[in-house]
Amino acid sequence: MSHDGRARPARPGSGTVHAPLPHESAEFHVTGEARYVDDLPEPRDLLHAYLLLSDRAHARIVRLDASPALASPGVAAVLTAGDLRENGIGPVPGDLVLADGTVEYCGQSVLAVAAETAELARRAAHRAVIDYQDLPAVVTVEEALAADAFVLPTQVMRRGHPGPALRRARHRLSGRLSIGGQEHFYLEGQVAMAVPREGGGMLVHSSTQHPSEVQHLVARVLGVPQGAVVTEVRRLGGGFGGKETQAAPIACVAALLAQRTGRPVKLRLDRDDDIRFTGKRHDFLVEWEAGFDGEGRIQAVQLELSSRCGISPDLSGPVNDRAVLHADNAYFLPHVQVISRRCRTNTASNTAFRGFGGPQGVMAIEQVVDEVARHLGLDPLEVRRRNLYGGPGRDTTPYGQKVERGALPAILAELEQTSDYASRREAIHAFNAGSPHTKRGIALTPIKFGISFTATFLNQAGALVHVYTDGSVHLNHGGVEMGQGLNLKVAQVVADELGVPLDRVQVTATTTEKVPNTSATAASSGSDMNGKAAQLAARAIKVRLAALAAEELSGRAGEVVFSGGDVRCGKRSMTFAELAERAHLHRISLSASGFYRTPKIHWDQRRFHGRPFLYFACGAAVSEVEVDVLTGEHRVLRVDLVHDVGDSLNPAIDRGQIEGAFVQGMGWLTSEELWWDEKGRLRTHAPSTYKIPAAGDVPEDFRVSLRQTPNREATVHRSKGVGEPPLMLAISVFHALRDAVAACGDGRLSPRLDAPATPERVLLAIQEIRARALGQDQGAAAS
Amino acid sequence: MSGAVRFLLDGGVRSISGIDPTTTVLQWLRGPERRCGTKEGCAEGDCGACTVVLGELVGGVVRLRAVNACLLFLPALDGKALFTVESLRAQGGALHPVQRALVECHGSQCGFCTPGFVMSMFALYESEREPPTRRRVDEVLAGNLCRCTGYRPIVEAVGRAYALGTRDGVSAREGLAQALAGLARERALDLEHGGKRLVAPRSLDELAAFTAAHPEALVLAGGTDLGLLVTKEHRDLPLLVSVGEVPELHQVEESATHLEIGAAATYSEALPALSAYHPSLGALVRRIGSTQIRNAATLGGNVANASPVGDTPPALLALDASVVLRLGAERRELPLSSFFLGYRKTALRKGELLTAIRIPRGAPGREFRAYKVSKRVDQDIAAVCGAFAVEREAGRVRAARVAFGGMAAVPLRAVKAEAELTGRPFGEASVEAAVAALEEELKPISDMRASAAYRRLVAGNLLRKFWLEVAGPGAGEQGGKRPAEVTP
Repeated sequence: MSHDGRARPARPGSGTVHAPLPHESAEFHVTGEARYVDDLPEPRDLLHAYLLLSDRAHARIVRLDASPALASPGVAAVLTAGDLRENGIGPVPGDLVLADGTVEYCGQSVLAVAAETAELARRAAHRAVIDYQDLPAVVTVEEALAADAFVLPTQVMRRGHPGPALRRARHRLSGRLSIGGQEHFYLEGQVAMAVPREGGGMLVHSSTQHPSEVQHLVARVLGVPQGAVVTEVRRLGGGFGGKETQAAPIACVAALLAQRTGRPVKLRLDRDDDIRFTGKRHDFLVEWEAGFDGEGRIQAVQLELSSRCGISPDLSGPVNDRAVLHADNAYFLPHVQVISRRCRTNTASNTAFRGFGGPQGVMAIEQVVDEVARHLGLDPLEVRRRNLYGGPGRDTTPYGQKVERGALPAILAELEQTSDYASRREAIHAFNAGSPHTKRGIALTPIKFGISFTATFLNQAGALVHVYTDGSVHLNHGGVEMGQGLNLKVAQVVADELGVPLDRVQVTATTTEKVPNTSATAASSGSDMNGKAAQLAARAIKVRLAALAAEELSGRAGEVVFSGGDVRCGKRSMTFAELAERAHLHRISLSASGFYRTPKIHWDQRRFHGRPFLYFACGAAVSEVEVDVLTGEHRVLRVDLVHDVGDSLNPAIDRGQIEGAFVQGMGWLTSEELWWDEKGRLRTHAPSTYKIPAAGDVPEDFRVSLRQTPNREATVHRSKGVGEPPLMLAISVFHALRDAVAACGDGRLSPRLDAPATPERVLLAIQEIRARALGQDQGAAAS
Repeated sequence: MSGAVRFLLDGGVRSISGIDPTTTVLQWLRGPERRCGTKEGCAEGDCGACTVVLGELVGGVVRLRAVNACLLFLPALDGKALFTVESLRAQGGALHPVQRALVECHGSQCGFCTPGFVMSMFALYESEREPPTRRRVDEVLAGNLCRCTGYRPIVEAVGRAYALGTRDGVSAREGLAQALAGLARERALDLEHGGKRLVAPRSLDELAAFTAAHPEALVLAGGTDLGLLVTKEHRDLPLLVSVGEVPELHQVEESATHLEIGAAATYSEALPALSAYHPSLGALVRRIGSTQIRNAATLGGNVANASPVGDTPPALLALDASVVLRLGAERRELPLSSFFLGYRKTALRKGELLTAIRIPRGAPGREFRAYKVSKRVDQDIAAVCGAFAVEREAGRVRAARVAFGGMAAVPLRAVKAEAELTGRPFGEASVEAAVAALEEELKPISDMRASAAYRRLVAGNLLRKFWLEVAGPGAGEQGGKRPAEVTP
């Protein structure tokens, strides 16, 4: 175990892997040299596009006259749905490039203009005449449930006999919890630049997590073969899932306008349009019922998870599946039923967001466990511990995957001790007793998160490695660098494999020309999969080189060692560069591709059963908060967390992922609120109204510990995926707030607090619990 | 007419003419200059990705301040030095200490916000010699949003930069002072292009004469609100008159009877005097916008634009502030309570200017507090602002002020609540009577920041909090202290 993200002592033979090296672009970031799509040199005849968005939540387009836009100064082309040969895009049918006949959410794209400047395009677009006839709009989950409006069929996961088990249970509780969505707020907004190539081809610079999907969809809407389209991505200014499917319409519009005009076209959404146009994390409504024994052990649970999906399926199927697959979190649920409803609403189509439904599933079961504990007057930590996976017959998830023994109990035990949980709980109790207007709360919550795409076929990756005759290495893989340090980690793996210093490995922009048919960089799987693929490519070259080295150094191939830029065999050695040069002279290929498919996983969607995940990543966090009882304002005083990263490829990068995810999760559950007005218009569409955490919201006392136990599965250098799981550690903040609100009641009542726990929700929950406590007192006095 | 903006960039004088005067510095950098290190994240001054640093001569000394390039019109650069992220590398390519520290502390992930952080840190590092406290760091970084790192490594990098030592920037600034002095201009800057005009007079008389002659001119101070008309509403602003280059309007005068803040003094310029006047006023001002915003925005602008959710009007109302107005050669003073007439309507006559805000010294023993409640502590618009003052005499309240923002179409004094407090002991009974009176006086709305019900509840609770803090049981102890103000 290492603390503070420091590396463990270097091990023999691995100079680069496991080292806490800085981000591959760090120096470019701090000097402003790092180029994002909007920073690329602009081709001389570049046009700028503007996307006109609907200002109605649901309406028939009665009249659409684009001619005033086309006649406006500087305009080169205008597109409406009628101009498109193929309007349908999206991972599953349901999404359109441009609205056709009706608009289905406020923010949907209606019309696109290309002009000499972005401002001219914007002005022209607003001159188009559009008459709408409003139709009834369904905006909330409740409205959709009432209207039976769904984008996909309801999914059920069941184990045992939850109905009878509930009836048999000694204690029963039920409740509901509303969980708000979340805007990605990547700092770099959606952007693409399409550059026509000869013969009808198109080069698309896109800020996307899914270059292959952009390529395929651009080819589809242009009516050209996939081979005629290239997507190139050097880096993203943040993605978080928001550029997995949502980048494609931007790229498609740019490409369509480029095809029509024969000129390069750039489309960049400003912040307001970006937030109005694109999907977000799904809001969830959780309705639950639980049966449990006097010790707080859950015997049966029934959960109904209803989510706001927006107008189309997009990724709502797998997102909601993952919510179901994480509705157990760390707990063994003997009898369980989870019903997942995918509600259709007149809002932007909700999409991938770090955790991909997992966080909402975890929130649901954590609510149940916390309520059980409060009902029985037990410390919630004790009840959490009692329900953990482990022990005979208690190690299999409701969907049939075995849970590795021991990790979670060990993490909880360690954290309870290092965070001083017990004595702090005592201190908080004493503090609250003497503090009528400020209350504190504490909570420890665990996380177990499954790593792999649930759609098994997505678990494949490719890489391409070239060695040049000077021994320098060119690395390309199918993953996208969006800040998570993927390029660095993969380069570390390749440098280690070839035994060359890291600066000999040049990582380049991801392009569909070098690695085809890739999966999105998502599901915390980027370094697991691309790292493996690149390792295999490097190994293929190394095998060829080793054979030659054995000849050149008069030894056996099995004895050749690649290390520190040298190649040794016995006592003889040569530099890696000399060997590469020799290989070229001997007509040995210095290029190889690598391909990796995640082993062992399988999934039966119909039975909702199988082994969807190669492994689980686990962790736990303790948060302590303070609440102002008069205003509901609150702040996090201290956080302690332990997170399991396997044998980390780069502990500094992993610590960055953990801390960043935690703070992002904290924002989701506290200050980040999406607010629609009565007309179904999202009104929090800029940072002035949508509040992500700022530096001052992060606790000064923030203790992060990496648990570096090698992965049992044969992942790349036994590391673990780390992008998503730590986001859910922030659920401890939400439960600490519940704990502080509970301290305003009589000590036994459970707070009614929805997420995000804004000051308003916290204050209203305090009012409500006080009124209930008072009512109980009066009831007791009257009887 | 003096139709070119002249400023320093990379050691040379740039002279820009023939450009729309409402072009923002960000648009100019990323557009014609193709200097793309400075990013656009929101175009409304809330994310800080566009942060640049301005250098200017103040009393013969170069002062650096971080500002949002997205809200700054290009003419605001006139006579100043502009530093962008590209300016920081030393000759020979060495990184500036703040850049090096960010690399060493793993302070960047996606990197898009990083140039903005670099510039905020650069302004701090070059301006303050002592390593900052965590609280100061939070203050300096409040206007820079990062979605990747969770901030911890960035905060750490600030400390690391100070530990790295060597600051060669200081000596270079003597040359800078000379160069800046060379850019000083005596007459108004007057820019016109494409049917748009911006005039920046150099004296109050010149300014007052201009606005009297051109009552249609929009008055530009810090531009942190006015800039949004261009970047968010895409409006054409045909005529702007800038008050920022009038030295008289930057004056902050403290006398035995008053504190007078010139209408063009930025929050940052006024903050020391406001904090000295009353710590609660200083604390309130430190929560307005961010460092970048406070380095541009003015108290005068906050009052003159008469937003119902402005942060300072409730406090100024509670302190019986008045506004000094000027129309041509005529000067008058008006109590602030008669200044706000309706939603974004004021008592300003056509062509009349707000030139200063006067805050009288309160009677000895007057208690005052201002509170701001918002979803996020830093850089947020208030759901409710409450400000309260009481003067007591012989155990009874002689005068009470209860003022709110965010509770009506204008910043409002709740006179019925004040009446409930006046003439009675300052105790729970009178406070509860005043809270009850608020019920009918306040007309809050529900919007994305808060529901009407919450606003109502909090308004009353803030008055209770005021009483608890200044007179209630355990007054002066931690009870009731805003969590964000508890220093660890």
